[in-house]
Amino acid sequence: MSYSYYLILSSILFTIGVSGVLLRRNLIVIFMSIELMLNSVNLALVAISKYLHHVDGQIFVFFIITVAAAEAAVGLAIVIALYRHKETTNIDEINLLKG
Amino acid sequence: MAMVYQTTIWQITIWLLSAICVVCALSVILQKNPVVSAIHLVGCFFALAGLFLMLHAPFLAAAQIIVYAGAIMVLFIFVIMLLNLKKDPERFSAARLFRLPRIALLSLLLFSFLISIFATAFPFASYSRADTGRSVGDVATLLFTKYLFPFELASLLLLIAMIGGIVMAKKRLP
Amino acid sequence: MSFLDFTILFIKIVVVLGVLLNMVPLLVWVERRGAAFIQDRPGPNRVGPLGLFQPLADALKFIFKEDPIPFHVDPVLFMLAPLFALIPAVVTFAAIPFGDTIELFGRTITLQIADMNIGILYILAFGSLGIYGILIAGWASNNKYSTLGALRSSAQMISYEIAMGAALVGPLMIYETFSLREMVFRQEAIWGIFLQPLAFVIVLIAAFAECNRLPFDLPEGEAEIVAGYHTEYGSMKFAIFFMAEYLHVVTICSVIVTLFLGGWHLIPGMLTLAGWIGIPTFPTSVGLSLLQVASFCIKTAFMIWIFIWIRWTFPRFRYDQLMSFGWKIMVPLGLINILLTTVALYFKWI
Repeated sequence: MSYSYYLILSSILFTIGVSGVLLRRNLIVIFMSIELMLNSVNLALVAISKYLHHVDGQIFVFFIITVAAAEAAVGLAIVIALYRHKETTNIDEINLLKG
Repeated sequence: MAMVYQTTIWQITIWLLSAICVVCALSVILQKNPVVSAIHLVGCFFALAGLFLMLHAPFLAAAQIIVYAGAIMVLFIFVIMLLNLKKDPERFSAARLFRLPRIALLSLLLFSFLISIFATAFPFASYSRADTGRSVGDVATLLFTKYLFPFELASLLLLIAMIGGIVMAKKRLP
Repeated sequence: MSFLDFTILFIKIVVVLGVLLNMVPLLVWVERRGAAFIQDRPGPNRVGPLGLFQPLADALKFIFKEDPIPFHVDPVLFMLAPLFALIPAVVTFAAIPFGDTIELFGRTITLQIADMNIGILYILAFGSLGIYGILIAGWASNNKYSTLGALRSSAQMISYEIAMGAALVGPLMIYETFSLREMVFRQEAIWGIFLQPLAFVIVLIAAFAECNRLPFDLPEGEAEIVAGYHTEYGSMKFAIFFMAEYLHVVTICSVIVTLFLGGWHLIPGMLTLAGWIGIPTFPTSVGLSLLQVASFCIKTAFMIWIFIWIRWTFPRFRYDQLMSFGWKIMVPLGLINILLTTVALYFKWI
């Protein structure tokens, strides 16, 4: 199986993630699409690390997973704080910078 | 030994895992109910973990399931339950739906561009025997020697994220 | 992998699945009679001798009872939730070595379904997936008690998973491997519990919390929140939750036996017993392999009895006591265990 196959799959997932961010209006689903994009990058990195017979790509993926976990935690905390304020997770209605 | 990778079962497994991945990813952005979206995302992560296994990265496959499917998605479902989000009647943002044809055309162009690059990108692809076995040991060796500083920084980052999450989600006392 | 290898793997899977699924009725009987024994009352003794057919009667009841799907639930998620609870509990057993090799028909068969070089990570991964069954059940039931039970239960399970993970680093440092088969080999001289007593205690307590068993029973605490996350579930689906809980107990006990109690190594004294009975055991033989499997089963049964014993001895933790115990005591103890193990390894005491 050639490695380009994994990169194509990674780009498909990335595109799906980007469309999710641009088209959906529920804040949490947008967040999930962002996680999807991060995972597509993980797949590309692991495929390329295998091609180069290096393990460095896998370590990079390990750090990406860590950072994504931290970001998910803080982002969801922000979503909760926002919900408490505005009673909605619809991004079309969260359009005022001032409370 | 390299012959097992060209066998049909190997290829069928990779195709199956990729199909599951794409179908679940599409469901994530197309479902009305956010909890069902989250479950499909978990399925996508499982398929990705399977693909990591096919690429001889067992530690990453396990880390993906433990961290992503086992912790981050639980956090997502937690938040959905806390905010009590039911089925979303209008999924797509009406203000942005008119962009759909433009987005579809652009992604199609991007695709053909990327595929034409990737399909010719790996002329020397080869599977060597050295790739199997002890990959956890290799990852660990590299993680604690060459990437020790990022490792410590990552632990500090997680501490900051924990504190930040708790501070932001706390109820403000009146 | 030839066709014969594939067949042997298939037979192993069928045998393990059969034994696991048949453990559930046995455990139901042991729990109820054991509870009665501890509480000084007879227990089920009507259905068959010593009440041995009671689980059969229970199973018949579950099969023939009406399986209600209330109107206010989310139908798809409601029906999927028991499967999310059952499948991780069963699949986790694939990595556990229940015996050394056995020689049959000229082939050496490893008595383990999948010897992965990330064995313990596999168990942690699929152990952490048990949360989904509870979360989805609580959410799909559309019911205040269920939601409360589900949120509490998943918070509890996640917290104690961290404690378990921290405590498991100790044995990992001593055995220097993730693979469960290697870990059992390294316990030939001395069992893990003597090298890592603190880790054993922490993993045992975290295992109670993982399986939602008393004293960490609040999520399904009867008399507190009706029945928590499985309030709305009727006959067959409730039976699946029930099965999933018992299978989770069996799996966690097997993991503890593999890590700390020497896995399939013979209980001291079994060799002399075998010598008396006349089973040939040197150097390797089918008799020895079966003795090792029996040894593993006896140790797992002992751990399951400890689970049942503790359930009927201790009262329930309150939720805030539970969470503060998990975060403020268990996790620091796990980290201290890592520190102590590091010091001991550095000075070559172990």
